[in-house]
Amino acid sequence: MTAATRDHFATLEQQAQAVKLALAAFLASEALLFTAIFALVAAYQSDWPAAFRVGIEHNTRVLGSINTGVLLVSSTILAVGVETYRDGRKKLAAGLTFATAALGVVFLVIKLTEYAEHFHEGIYPGGRGRFFLEHTEHGLPTFWTLYYLATGLHAVHVTIGTAVVGWRGYRLLRGSSLHALEATALYWHLVDVIWLFLWPIFYLA
Amino acid sequence: MTIADLPIPPGAEPSAESFLGAKTTFRSWALTTDHKRIGILFFFATTLMLLLGGVFAMLIRIEHLTPGPTIMSEETYDRMFTLHGVIMVWLFMIPSIPAAFGNFIVPLQIGATEVAFPRLNLASFYVYLLGATIVIASLFYGGIDTGWTFYVPYSSHTPAAVLPTVTGIFIVGWSSIMTGVNFIATVHTMRLRGLRWMRLPLFTWAIYGTSIIQILATPVLAMALTVVGLDHAFDWGLFDPARGGDPVLFQHLFWFYSHPAVYIMVLPAMGVVSDVIPTFARKNPYSYSAIVYSTMGIAFVGFLTWGHHMFVAGMSTFDAGAFGVLSMMVAIFSAIKVFTWVATLYKGSIALKTPLLYVFAFFFLFTFGGMTGVAVATMSLDVHWHDTYFVVAHFHFIMVGGTFTGFLAALHYWMPKVTGRMYNERWSVVAWALVTGGFVVTFTPQFFLGNGGMPRRYYDDPARFQSLHVISTVGSWALALGMILVPIYMTYAFFRGPKSGPNPWGSRSFEWRTASPPPERNFEGPVDFSIDAYDYTTPQTEDA
Repeated sequence: MTAATRDHFATLEQQAQAVKLALAAFLASEALLFTAIFALVAAYQSDWPAAFRVGIEHNTRVLGSINTGVLLVSSTILAVGVETYRDGRKKLAAGLTFATAALGVVFLVIKLTEYAEHFHEGIYPGGRGRFFLEHTEHGLPTFWTLYYLATGLHAVHVTIGTAVVGWRGYRLLRGSSLHALEATALYWHLVDVIWLFLWPIFYLA
Repeated sequence: MTIADLPIPPGAEPSAESFLGAKTTFRSWALTTDHKRIGILFFFATTLMLLLGGVFAMLIRIEHLTPGPTIMSEETYDRMFTLHGVIMVWLFMIPSIPAAFGNFIVPLQIGATEVAFPRLNLASFYVYLLGATIVIASLFYGGIDTGWTFYVPYSSHTPAAVLPTVTGIFIVGWSSIMTGVNFIATVHTMRLRGLRWMRLPLFTWAIYGTSIIQILATPVLAMALTVVGLDHAFDWGLFDPARGGDPVLFQHLFWFYSHPAVYIMVLPAMGVVSDVIPTFARKNPYSYSAIVYSTMGIAFVGFLTWGHHMFVAGMSTFDAGAFGVLSMMVAIFSAIKVFTWVATLYKGSIALKTPLLYVFAFFFLFTFGGMTGVAVATMSLDVHWHDTYFVVAHFHFIMVGGTFTGFLAALHYWMPKVTGRMYNERWSVVAWALVTGGFVVTFTPQFFLGNGGMPRRYYDDPARFQSLHVISTVGSWALALGMILVPIYMTYAFFRGPKSGPNPWGSRSFEWRTASPPPERNFEGPVDFSIDAYDYTTPQTEDA
């Protein structure tokens, strides 16, 4: 998308408003997608509080918390990027956007490291793996299956988000409009906010 | 003054080039970003699904003509009623009115040249097509026998093709969200300058309310079906009671979508009714704001009623009471609409044309379906009727009697708008009589069947139910005959029908203030929306 308006919009303001509103509607939809998962987690956690505690304590808290930091910093950088664009410093804004995408990659690398660690321990979704032969608490397989489902879906969103943010940085170098950057940032913030819910649910007892 | 004498509003003279004639290549249709053409693409795609789902329905009815096996095995029967439900709900009713007529009419009703995101609109069509193809392809991979509700634990263990079907529905859900997002942005930002919210035509309001439900409910279904798919394909066991899973939890998630989905299906039909009545009664709606607020009320309360599907699934009587009361709020909002519509007709100058006939059918059938809905929302009654033909009859009165008659009213009402041609009124009345009469004969006996104890989805039935089943099956033939007539006379009308002129109904609604069929950019020259969409008192032209 270039800074020029598409011809069915009368003004750039109208286009910007439409893009931001549509994105807000889409984010509401995304929020409900994760709300369904949170409902699953809440229900099963109340069914198996002890097993969930065991699962949370076993989880890699340090890596999970570092990832929280990574996403928070990335979101802040992107917010600053939007502000610098508003000030007209587009090169810097593009740089900050690329930095955000880079942190998205860092998040994914840490996340995959975690998964690899869990697989190494023999924790697989569906209660399969050597881990569950030693840990036989009822509900523990459910915890880990939900963990893979929720963080996996989130990781898919981070992957898409990273690609979109990276693409936006590339477009910024060629004169992308403010509302496109704002919309990208909104999406990235949502991905960040969802993690802020997943973090306490799966890492903090 | 009759409708034919009404003056043509300014700016509505037929233009040289309509959107239909502007380009005719395959590419100009397949890659179009014109909301009118995308609406037509959706219309044909969803109508094809209606045909397919209808064929399954007919076969199901024929199977019940005699006790024991008639034309198919038990396994085939299970696959038939499942695909009938899946196709009718997700591939026909949910996209039909919003994506076909909504796409065509809403931008015209708000004075816009396009929807906010034309390419997203086209993408939504192809995403729909992809999802629909996958669902239908599952037929060739063993079909699916879970019923359209995919209840676990059966759906996570059946050898049927669960994964392709839920994947297809998941993808169709994306299309639904894309359409919803697009319409919300369109209604908010693309309105003609000065066209305030409370001046919008009621059909646009209905599509707007529907879009809100689409974007908020669909993702929950997506998640629920994703888990079913994972349970089925990889044995994750999240809903498996043997491993601590909770099947009732699935039902909660499923109905959190699938009950609001009823309003995705019926609100657009109510929007059609709200627009047809003022046109054919030549009157302002009795209360415009009552219809608007009840539309938004249904969209909101619809999210709080899902539990009434689960009264026998292990729910406390308090919860059941709460869900029952919330469900009845929907009945109140619906009643507000029905009373307002009837009051609009009162002392109107009524032109009894086919669209209005379908609206009358809607009144009768929808009200009947709605009142039986209040009955099944009452726990004490629902325990008896749950999972019987009574429920089947109830929701077919809403879905066919409400949504489908709304769909046909829209088709007849906007046929001249879309094509500039008029259908044969005599044949359309014959088809209307067959559809309405056939429907009543098909589904009224099912209330008695259900009340007598006939469970739904059963292949076989005791001899004492046989006469009612035969009546129901014969009724379905009349319904089918009526539905076969519609495409025949509509196709004839498209090629040979008399030219309708820009505004054959003499409607004041905004979409009629341009040529029929509209030009590519919707309006030639400046658009005059200074006179309201339902204002039948102010003369519209200088010479009137």
